[in-house]
Amino acid sequence: MTADSLPQPTVPRARKPQSGMMRAFRNPSVVIGGIVVLLMIALGAAAPWLGTMSPTEINPSGRNKPPGTIVTRRDDDGNKVQVMHRLGTDLLGRDVYSRVLYGARISLFVGVTVAVFSIFGGLIIGLFSGYIRWLDPIVMRVMDGLMAIPAILLAISLVSLFRAGIGAVILAITIPEIPRVVRLVRSVVLSVREEPYVEAAITVGTPTLKILWRHIMPNTIAPMIVQGTFICASAILVEAILSFLGVGVPPDVPTWGNVMAAGRDVFYLFPHNIFYPGVMLAVTVLAVNMLGDGLRDTLDPKLAKRL
Amino acid sequence: MFAFILRRLLATIPVLITVALFAFLLLRLTPSDPAAIIAGDTATAEQVAGIRAKLGLDEPIYTQFFIWTGKLLHGDFGESFYFKKTVAELIADRVEPTLALALCTIVLAILVAVPLGVIAARLHGSWIDRLMMGFSVLGFSVPVFVIGYCLLYVFARELRWLPSNGYNRLADGFGPWAQHIILPTLTLSVVYIALIARMTRASMLEVLSEDYVRTARAKGQIERRVLFRHALRNAAVPIVTVIGLGIALLIGGVVVTESVYSIPGLGRLTVEAVLARDFPVIQAVILLFSVVYVMINLAVDVIYSVLDPRIRY
Repeated sequence: MTADSLPQPTVPRARKPQSGMMRAFRNPSVVIGGIVVLLMIALGAAAPWLGTMSPTEINPSGRNKPPGTIVTRRDDDGNKVQVMHRLGTDLLGRDVYSRVLYGARISLFVGVTVAVFSIFGGLIIGLFSGYIRWLDPIVMRVMDGLMAIPAILLAISLVSLFRAGIGAVILAITIPEIPRVVRLVRSVVLSVREEPYVEAAITVGTPTLKILWRHIMPNTIAPMIVQGTFICASAILVEAILSFLGVGVPPDVPTWGNVMAAGRDVFYLFPHNIFYPGVMLAVTVLAVNMLGDGLRDTLDPKLAKRL
Repeated sequence: MFAFILRRLLATIPVLITVALFAFLLLRLTPSDPAAIIAGDTATAEQVAGIRAKLGLDEPIYTQFFIWTGKLLHGDFGESFYFKKTVAELIADRVEPTLALALCTIVLAILVAVPLGVIAARLHGSWIDRLMMGFSVLGFSVPVFVIGYCLLYVFARELRWLPSNGYNRLADGFGPWAQHIILPTLTLSVVYIALIARMTRASMLEVLSEDYVRTARAKGQIERRVLFRHALRNAAVPIVTVIGLGIALLIGGVVVTESVYSIPGLGRLTVEAVLARDFPVIQAVILLFSVVYVMINLAVDVIYSVLDPRIRY
């Protein structure tokens, strides 16, 4: 008899997240947060058609203009064109409106990528660490050590190892997040490991990898979705912080942190450089956090109680 | 209890070793040769080799780790590539602003957040409670530097009540020191207040439904005493834990806040060191902050067992 011919106890379990999903769609924080996030994605995706110009184009004659200024530029054919800078220009004459809209792309991309990478990394390490007893103490000591270094500090120091770029920033934000995911996955594994259906699977000689994937991993899906959402919010914040400090994505790339970094020195005279990306950033992070709160309440009631 | 403290102290050793290993590898993993960086662009190959031998960089990597840790334990953090000073001197110069900022923030946050959380829990479901929860979600979402610039805009640019940047040493007078520290403290407190208030509220909500709270009320104890003497004491453990864990958040915030207000503290030093790829400084700052973080949480665990005699590990 193989494990496949046994009655599958995971089948009724597998339905639970679905009903949770249906409940999630009726939760007001999920709906509001989700709509705002979708709006931000739409803004980023549709940036070229929303009356923007090149977000990296420098215009020395139109530097530091307040919002609403009309500046005369020359286009590629040498003709004079009047351009309206809705949100003003920065200290190199770049259009803040365009940079902020294009910035949504990078911020959301970094947020989602970090969430996906850290969830997968943490999932794999956590599954093995929780299930294989001799591995557990070693892995957990390393994770404790990583968690002892404050996240932003760890990210900043990791950035210094690589050449500046989005990839380096993503990696530097992902690594500090992994230990938290590992701990969460491991705690689920430890509680599930002793369940009768896992013991049954071991008894019939199911290979360890299959037990981990088929019987244990599905239990981590709901908490992982919730955790991933919170990681996404924090990654967006940390990316902005790194760029703002000047150690993140190269300064010409339009990200919210970079727009703010460019506005730092001229803040007293031209606060628009800081305010518009700041508002976008805050609204996005707030929306993602609301989404996470709502998902936690509906998908993972046990976690909701603990917090 | 002494055995518990000892056991808890021993448990931090592997954590600190991992941190030290990470900080050590940080320097070794870089593609650049530290000896060549120290020697500068004009050095000859012999000079570089001389520096390498002097620093022990030609030894096997595990020997290097032991040499390095041995030096650390003697307070020798090496020499900065960029500032041309010993790292220990550099840190000593920069530690005061950071310490002042962190302590002011912790005190302010606890003074504001704990009563706020208690009141929100007492008035559970009211508009005050909802306002408090809304504020706490907002506090988590608005980045530290946006808060910092908003405060700068209002209090320094528009109202001109407070200076916009810099730091004044406490030794140069309390007045100027306080003026410079107010805005950074407010900025840094927001997220910390949000965190502590949220935990206070959750923990108080749980305790307020206990029988002894009802008993206290039934015997006619005034409400303030019920809340702060009977309930808060029993709700204290998670609150103290989150204050300890929040130190990590605080350290991250310090780095950002010091950059917003141009405060020459350890946070700013970290950023300058990363920009200059000054690895000995980065190593030292990571170690310092992590050790402080670990030690504070160790202290928190010890405080528990004093606060709550029921807890025995």
